[in-house]
Amino acid sequence: MTDEPLLRVSALSKFYGSRVGCDNVSFDLWPGEVLAVVGESGSGKTTLLNCLSTRLLPSSGTASYRMRDGQFRELYRMSEAERRFLMRTDWGFVHQNPADGLRMTVSAGANVGERLMAVGDRHYGKIRATAVDWLSRVEIDEDRIDDEPRAFSGGMRQRLQIARNLVTGPRLVFMDEPTGGLDVSVQARLLDLLRGLVTDLGLAAIVVTHDLAVARLLSQRMMVMKDGRVIESGLTDRVLDDPRAPYTQLLVSSILQV
Amino acid sequence: MSDIATYNFAYLDEQTKRMIRRAILKGIAIPGYQVPFASREMPMPYGWGTGGVQVTASIIGPHDVLKVIDQGADDTTNAVSIRAFFKKVANVAVTTDTASATIIQTRHRIPEHPLTAGQVLVYQVPIPEPLRFLEPRETETRKMHALEEYGLMHVKLYEDIARHGRIATTYAYPVKVEGRYVMDPSPTPKFDNPKMHRSPALQLFGAGREKRIYAVPPFTSVVSLDFEDHPFEVQTFDQPCALCAAENVYLDEVILDDHGGHMFVCSDTDHCEKRREEGHRGHLAPETHLAPGNMEPAQ
Repeated sequence: MTDEPLLRVSALSKFYGSRVGCDNVSFDLWPGEVLAVVGESGSGKTTLLNCLSTRLLPSSGTASYRMRDGQFRELYRMSEAERRFLMRTDWGFVHQNPADGLRMTVSAGANVGERLMAVGDRHYGKIRATAVDWLSRVEIDEDRIDDEPRAFSGGMRQRLQIARNLVTGPRLVFMDEPTGGLDVSVQARLLDLLRGLVTDLGLAAIVVTHDLAVARLLSQRMMVMKDGRVIESGLTDRVLDDPRAPYTQLLVSSILQV
Repeated sequence: MSDIATYNFAYLDEQTKRMIRRAILKGIAIPGYQVPFASREMPMPYGWGTGGVQVTASIIGPHDVLKVIDQGADDTTNAVSIRAFFKKVANVAVTTDTASATIIQTRHRIPEHPLTAGQVLVYQVPIPEPLRFLEPRETETRKMHALEEYGLMHVKLYEDIARHGRIATTYAYPVKVEGRYVMDPSPTPKFDNPKMHRSPALQLFGAGREKRIYAVPPFTSVVSLDFEDHPFEVQTFDQPCALCAAENVYLDEVILDDHGGHMFVCSDTDHCEKRREEGHRGHLAPETHLAPGNMEPAQ
């Protein structure tokens, strides 16, 4: 690990006309660190994530990413080709709805192998072996490799999406509500899996969620957003156990106790 | 020819021909790149070769000799109609002989007789975008071509091998042109793909409904995509042509009766007839030479 952050975000803002998407967001993300972004819907979490992953261009502000050669590059000044290359090699993006992140009409094996083929892998046997390996790591049976994701349950689809993203060994993964829409037992297993993978691979991740339990389990640090602004940030345990901003206190006290 | 006066030479007006020629020149300058063009209504339905006809109409001159084939045959409806069309609107010489033609408009085959420098092969293309069935958005496929993101093409081949144990794509087999653009060779059998590689003839592709023209200039590299452990292979046939005994040609299966009788014959009718004239006989060839139907005599 180096002393330098992986991603430096400074005064990032995105406006939709006169409406605020996110406003003046700054933070650093270090290698291997999981940062949770929490807040109610409409608070700008997803806008922030889309800006950071260059799926949206911000209205103002900068974000620089430390490439594998150690050089920082300004994300919004890169060419589209470079950004797309980064997207499919060094980054991953896990969508809330797996159908957005998967090719639903090609087999699970091809879904996992697509990124490998995109970076020039041209050996079928090796691609397939890698796909088998990754399916087992996300607890999908090897005999499902030739099935289409349409035939998979919601939890399996989400795990397949994760495998598809991690196959090129990315250093930074963006996750948008990775457990949204899954029932609690499936959520628990997925979180367990994600936690294991993040630790094993030393991934840095930015996880957007409205579920504080997910943030607690996955992240070391969290940011709380409201109306497009970051109103509180700090170590996850500190924020959840000792919330300072009134809104964070409200959020933490709103967790349903079973 | 009194009825030719009702049409401009080769049917299209001169402005349209200039527009199409510009698209063709751009296509030749960027081998394999799909050039958008303002496709016109033609007196035939989309899917019947409107793209190929427009390309032919734009390049044909009074001294050209035109051959038209449909799946290799000179005597099928589409081929006969298009040949008659150009005879009427351009008053050009037509032929079925591959070697003496200067322009060959084709639907889904490349003639068996090797093409030579100076000949132009015009393909009729239904769907020019090789990535279309994998990525439905045109904005996205154009971006993928621009950024040379062709991993998805191999996803299709991967799927083939996963399902069938081999690359099962037999026609419209994707190729890479001059190391840059991935191109759909139109639905020719993959048997013909090697003939496109460094061909001395100019190859032009016209898609009328999709409004795209693309080109492979002479002596351009055309490489079929494959995997290292599943290399590209062409179809092979375990028997020769039943009429002319030709081997290493593309064969069509022809059903003979209602009792399962069938035979394999050359898909290229001109090639088959030439061989029979030379005295080659397949096991089902009649004793005397079978006169071809009511075809125009070779010019």
